Amino acid sequence: MASTVEARETRQPWILLSPALTAIVLLLIIPLAFIVVYSFWLRTAAGSEQVGFYLDNWKEALTDSFYRDILLSTLRIALITTIACALLGYPCAYFIARSKSGNKTLLLLMLILPFWISYIIRTMSWINILGVSGALNTLLVNSGLLAEPLQLLYNEPSVILGLVHFLLPFMVLNVYVSLEGIDESLESAARSLGCTSWQSFLEVTLPLSLPGLAAGGLLCFVLAAGTYITPLVLGGARDAMFANLVYEAIIVQLNWPLGSALSLMLLFVLGLVVTVYNRFVGMGQIAKSFGQE
Amino acid sequence: MNGWSFIRLHAILIYLFMFLPVGVVVLLSFNDSQFGSFPMTGVSLRWFVELWNNDAIVRAFKVSFLLGGLTAMISTTIGVLASLALVRYEFPGKQFMSTLLIAPILVPEVVLAVALLLFLRFLNVPKSFPLLLLGHVIFTMPFVVLVVQARLVGITRNVEEAALSLGASPIQTFFTITLPLLAPAIFAGALFAFTISFDDITGTLFWKPGGVETVPTQIFAMLRNSISPEINALGTVMIVLTVGLPLFGAALARTISSRRGA
Repeated sequence: MASTVEARETRQPWILLSPALTAIVLLLIIPLAFIVVYSFWLRTAAGSEQVGFYLDNWKEALTDSFYRDILLSTLRIALITTIACALLGYPCAYFIARSKSGNKTLLLLMLILPFWISYIIRTMSWINILGVSGALNTLLVNSGLLAEPLQLLYNEPSVILGLVHFLLPFMVLNVYVSLEGIDESLESAARSLGCTSWQSFLEVTLPLSLPGLAAGGLLCFVLAAGTYITPLVLGGARDAMFANLVYEAIIVQLNWPLGSALSLMLLFVLGLVVTVYNRFVGMGQIAKSFGQE
Repeated sequence: MNGWSFIRLHAILIYLFMFLPVGVVVLLSFNDSQFGSFPMTGVSLRWFVELWNNDAIVRAFKVSFLLGGLTAMISTTIGVLASLALVRYEFPGKQFMSTLLIAPILVPEVVLAVALLLFLRFLNVPKSFPLLLLGHVIFTMPFVVLVVQARLVGITRNVEEAALSLGASPIQTFFTITLPLLAPAIFAGALFAFTISFDDITGTLFWKPGGVETVPTQIFAMLRNSISPEINALGTVMIVLTVGLPLFGAALARTISSRRGA
């Protein structure tokens, strides 16, 4: 009797996991393995695929300066976005964490709300603000500060602005979660031992909140680097990011082997970032923020 | 000005930054002017009426609701089962499994979209609604797993063990004890999956068949021309739906759990 119960205990988790595992294997793992193979095939001039082992796509993806430049500028935009989110988000998270409990509930709720507002709407909302007939230009022209409305949109800064707007809540939430986990008496202990409040922040709170900062940073970086929509809505013709190249290759040029190689390149670069993060911080930190509703 | 009031001012500005642009969308959607921009020439609901009469938009809403609903059902079912395994059992390879289950959000969405599209193309599955559905299921499932896991941790097995020892069958126990206890977690997971699916655009643009639009891809297509008052009105409807629904859901869940005295 005891042995059958034990057998059920070992079998049961796998039964429960099997639908999810099947989905992951069939819809993620095998397709990823497939595009690895596919990236070595060749698209012929006739438009069909030549099965085989050709390095042409990889050679093109890795040596063509066009792809390299856009990859680098994508990573640069992602890095600037991440740093901006960290600088803007940290004090805000600190404020929420140290607020009185009544305010805190409201502040947290308002922090979660942007997650529920459509990404495309939040992105396009900046056209209403920065566009030629947007709120800012209308204000400046009407008040006589400007004679002519300025074109503030469709450049790299407006892409970064859109990304920061989209990703900031991820950063604030992750930093908040780690600040909330710090025993407040540690900071007061540091103060009673003679630290100024700024010192006790730098010596105690900041180091203890680094895992949350790192988790928020990872999310911001990876999501920014994989962005497809923001540059199309808020960027100009020259502000394409790497995901736009992938779309171009797959959907417009129908060059699927090249598109595969480009996607894998993006996956590899971002995978490297995730691996480094996982090595030093661990995935559990990101999962924590989902406990916040 | 001391440090704390400086931080408070900063936080207020950050919240303004997050909400002001969205507020402007809502404001402009009531603008009487035929341009989707300032100045406000008067207050009117005409753009909402236009929306209602726009077949393409109504169709997009139907597609989005169907897709979101089916996605939520499927990914919540498999996600809840997987979360039960991860929270309630100890087994070899558990750590690896929990990473594997959230792998779809670690892979950039574009890459996921390309891989799935090309693989199913290779199997001669055309771009179609089922492909769109499979895509949405795979990338919403990790969120369901994360949300449900976070909620499951607090539910102990004592009550179920009591039911079992009092003679209930495992099936009876599941439906009369476990499922009602899990209901808030399941609900939260489903809501999450629905909202993410309803909002998705990147994967959808890769997977959707020609002529089929969801609300976000419809908005995206309309943006190509210029920002029209109709888009602002559509934005307002979306905000009311995606913000109002979860708030309503959370209130409902709280009512249910307080009635149960939990």
